[in-house]
Amino acid sequence: MSRLDIKTASKAQTVVDRLYKDMERRIASSPPGLCPIDMSLTFLQLCHAQSCGKCVPCRIGLGQLAALMGQVLDGTGTMLTIDTIEKTARAIVASADCAIGRDAAQLVLSGFEGFRDDYVNHVQHHRCLASLQNPVPCVSLCPAGVDVPGYVALVREGRYADAVRLIRKDNPMPTACAYICEHPCEARCRRNMVDAPVNIRGLKRYAVDHAGDVPNPPCEQSTGKRVAIIGGGPSGLSCAYYLRLMGHGVTIFEEKKKLGGMLRYGIPAYRFPREKLDAEISSILSTGVEVHTGVTVGKDISFEQLHKDYDCLYVAIGAHTDKKTGIPGESSKNVMSAVEMLRAIGDDVMTDFTGKRVVVIGGGNVAMDVTRSSARLGAASVTCVYRRRIADMTALPDEVKGAIAEGAEVRELCAPVRIEANEAGEAAALWVQPQIIGFADKTGRPRPETADQPEERIPADLIVVAIGQGVEIAGFEQTGIPIRRGTFMAESSSQIDNMETVFAGGDCVTGPATAIRAIAAGKVAAANIDEQLGFHHEIRTDVEIPAPHLDVCPPRGRVNTKEREAAQRKCDFEDIECGMTHEEACAESGRCLRCDHFGYGIFKGGRTERW
Amino acid sequence: MVTLVIDNKTVCVPEGTSILDAARTASIDIPTLCYLKDLNEIGACRICMVEVEGQDTLVAACDNEVHEGMVIHTNSQKVRMTRRVNLQLLLSQHEVNCVKCTRSGNCKLQKLSNDYNLLGAPYQKKLRPAPVDYSAPILRFENRCVKCMRCVQVCDKMQGVHIWDLVGTGSRTTVGTARANSLSSSLCTYCGQCVTHCPVGALEERDDTDHVYRMLADPELTTVVQVAPAVRAAWAEYFGLAPEQATPGVLASALRELGFDYVFDTNFSADLTIMEEGSEFLARFTHKDAYAWPMFTSCCPGWVRFVKGQFPQFSKNLSTAKSPQQMFGAVAKSYFAEKIGVDPKNMRVISVMPCTSKKAEAELPTMRDACGDPDVDVVITTRELVRMLRCSMIDPAALEESSFDSPLGSGTGAAVIFGATGGVMDAALRSAYYLVTGKNPDPDAFTAVRGMQGWKEASFEIPGAGTVRTAVVSGLGNTRKLLEVIASGLAQYDFVEVMACPGGCAGGGGQPIHDGVECAEQRGNVLWGLDKTSALRFSHENPDVQALYTEFLEKPLSKRSHHLLHTDIDAWQMPQNLG
Repeated sequence: MSRLDIKTASKAQTVVDRLYKDMERRIASSPPGLCPIDMSLTFLQLCHAQSCGKCVPCRIGLGQLAALMGQVLDGTGTMLTIDTIEKTARAIVASADCAIGRDAAQLVLSGFEGFRDDYVNHVQHHRCLASLQNPVPCVSLCPAGVDVPGYVALVREGRYADAVRLIRKDNPMPTACAYICEHPCEARCRRNMVDAPVNIRGLKRYAVDHAGDVPNPPCEQSTGKRVAIIGGGPSGLSCAYYLRLMGHGVTIFEEKKKLGGMLRYGIPAYRFPREKLDAEISSILSTGVEVHTGVTVGKDISFEQLHKDYDCLYVAIGAHTDKKTGIPGESSKNVMSAVEMLRAIGDDVMTDFTGKRVVVIGGGNVAMDVTRSSARLGAASVTCVYRRRIADMTALPDEVKGAIAEGAEVRELCAPVRIEANEAGEAAALWVQPQIIGFADKTGRPRPETADQPEERIPADLIVVAIGQGVEIAGFEQTGIPIRRGTFMAESSSQIDNMETVFAGGDCVTGPATAIRAIAAGKVAAANIDEQLGFHHEIRTDVEIPAPHLDVCPPRGRVNTKEREAAQRKCDFEDIECGMTHEEACAESGRCLRCDHFGYGIFKGGRTERW
Repeated sequence: MVTLVIDNKTVCVPEGTSILDAARTASIDIPTLCYLKDLNEIGACRICMVEVEGQDTLVAACDNEVHEGMVIHTNSQKVRMTRRVNLQLLLSQHEVNCVKCTRSGNCKLQKLSNDYNLLGAPYQKKLRPAPVDYSAPILRFENRCVKCMRCVQVCDKMQGVHIWDLVGTGSRTTVGTARANSLSSSLCTYCGQCVTHCPVGALEERDDTDHVYRMLADPELTTVVQVAPAVRAAWAEYFGLAPEQATPGVLASALRELGFDYVFDTNFSADLTIMEEGSEFLARFTHKDAYAWPMFTSCCPGWVRFVKGQFPQFSKNLSTAKSPQQMFGAVAKSYFAEKIGVDPKNMRVISVMPCTSKKAEAELPTMRDACGDPDVDVVITTRELVRMLRCSMIDPAALEESSFDSPLGSGTGAAVIFGATGGVMDAALRSAYYLVTGKNPDPDAFTAVRGMQGWKEASFEIPGAGTVRTAVVSGLGNTRKLLEVIASGLAQYDFVEVMACPGGCAGGGGQPIHDGVECAEQRGNVLWGLDKTSALRFSHENPDVQALYTEFLEKPLSKRSHHLLHTDIDAWQMPQNLG
């Protein structure tokens, strides 16, 4: 017998390890709307199987908890059962010897915080409060409810123009979303149960890149109603598009020189080429939208005037003001905000950063945008400073990776303390305090804390602050639109409480968010403005969706979109992403599981044909 | 066209055809359970699985289209064994108590289980504790339900009422009432279409035959039975008799055999309804400004529940006339009781109806006008009648014809068509024409309102009154569309007939069930045929109705008529508790 052995996994263990990976992916692709108690019970049973069996609370308690929860689910529980579950879970948390038992019971207690009413309803009415509202994961997670399986199937058949038409039924900016959407649709893609989510955005890009010129559907007969839209960003443009299709007159008032909002003044051209943006905007305008650019509502024309002159208003002014760090020295020369910098780029003013050392403060997508734009403007070096870890950044991982590949330095766990200026009052350096990652906050996100290390000096010729944006509410305080924490308050219908004819949506209501959420808000507003005006126009399309192929694509790798070589792409503002090849688009679209047809989708909610 | 091979037969079908339909065109049948053509093609039960060459997994035939060059096997060993496992799984959650189930012998699951030799149970039996709510006229038995989703689809797509839905997720997913905790607290119309489209016995009418037997056995009670027009077109189907054999006269004999003291006909009160409703229409039509338009018929209780629950703004448009069933009860317990010298408190009125909603109608607090007791005491459906006949060993094939009793047993051709879509309108127009002009129109002058189309429109000129714009809808899904159009002002009508069940009462929720077959049209044609051959085809010519007016009511819309034959639709409420 040997004294020591090299550890090798048994065949069973190897397979179980693979099953763990499979289950991780499976859990990640849980459709929204499942019974939360049923899911908790299932997790609890998994936890119980992990128990080593040494200690009483974990070995016995978890099983008893599961039995009690089963009673609640089976309709045999009482209100006393709920109390017993809670009491037992607390005892397990208090007395389990290790995390296996403690965190398992904690999971049950979290459920009591999150969905106690579900427990009560199960006991009192023997039924669940949850229900599958939209069983197609991608569609249900798309804020605009775009018919994803539909257009993926059309891409598979080579019907790209039809794909664009189908997307436009719910989202009039398919090109913008093809390039820059954060694709929440992919998060719960059922294909993840098999291998990995379908590259939905990549397929949409293939469709828009190959569709050619796709005319819009004709507008309904004119209703004679007039709607003013304040703000020509994605939300305002989307609202304008649908209102025009419904036959209403639309006028957009835009403060800046050009339309596009954050798509132009926030997102750099290397992510969304300007000619694509311009083409998308002119397609929307071709429905017959009246546009006034360079007009600030509240300055050039009063809100009250618009309120009087138009039948309805849609306020979609976005979130274009910058937030300050509040650290000493912020008002030095050569300290600018991300908003300022990106706005100039949006108006094609390309400041020369040649030879400059640029320091960017922030960890979101905007911080990445300015980091990568700085490199393209010729900066000698770009350093992005963030007080938490890279893993905690709100920027998309691909953006961070891209920035690093383009030569940017990302300094994590560095909290800005002050800006040092030279005699001329110009920024010379950013002083930062190293941080240590600390305890998690209530949401589970770890907080940075001051580390026991001295401050550091990061030399800088230019400092860009990219820590967030706010809504320019000046000019709207007197309008009667309620404001809370710096954003407008609107109902889920986009309507403003107590102002029947005023609607608001997009970033100015949600705070800085994504293009697709802004587009969805515009769509919702258009529908409800139509109702408010006394109509019930339906938006639909005549595109027929291909029948699904019956053969299930076996596990096959996801086609990820490739990017141009970093050293080359960082020298210009040209598109960094390479679209899929035809071969790739065919392979990737063939991976779609067609949840509109297979599963619950064919029964209910698989397709919303009109709205 | 798509060419494929099914079980070694080459089949050529149009693109978009389902595998199931393609096989059936080639006379190859594939077993189904949840499938219901055009309504439920969702592949839930996985019984219709077939093998497609070149593919590992089986394919559901009902909801997948054929593709060019497919080679399909509908009956391979793999297919058979898979179907068998799925049947065994279904049975593991099924209360296999066929002897107590009214659908025994008429059950898709039972037939499949027999055919697939399911002796032996490899799976643990898992039934759920689920009490049955007997307060509604429609009962749901959780442990008989196979979750085929047909009821959900019928209620959504055909009826547009959205009462049934899936409740819960995961292993405990079941069918339940959406937005309400029970059927009796929901806005259900009790039309019963979910019952007639259930492949098993999960949904049933509440069986009220016990009450009838008790009444028949009580020597103190005088029992009076009325039988609705549509019942005569369907009652003998389960006995395998054609309508020519099972005539209304045979039906009268069968009812007499059961022991009812008086065998009457709802046709009588259908004629009476026409007198009241027709007069009401003319009164409104000649004082247009005083009323909301259009006027709606009110004889269908499913429709009345629908309008009260879903479009309350239109309830004032309903005719105030009671339905024939309720008019009958009120007349029986007043005029007739007086005539035969019986205390109405000792009289029991039993209805045989093609309808489940009639049970709820008879229970309404407003339907007690004759003596304070319910005007109609018990309502049984056509299916319950069949059960009573079988239980009493009455063989309709062996019965001679006899006539209905007098005076509430007579009816004209205009009354018998009440059981088919368009019939009430047709009958009303025939008499309205007479009431205005004093002359009978051609009884077949109003054929435009007949037929199975879900939404019919026609305008008729009544000399002296003007043009009457009519619409006739059947099926609550069509009704919803019609009401939306009326509400939006896009259509204007004067008189609208609504029947909740597609095709009218002939296709009612209380009629015999033939899985996958819609019988309303065929039964309706029987009723139109009876009208055609009737000696009298105008309600106002019914001599017994004339006598009722002369001896008792005086005239249509008289004070007594109002008391007995009309009702206040706002005097009762639909369930408000939608929690």
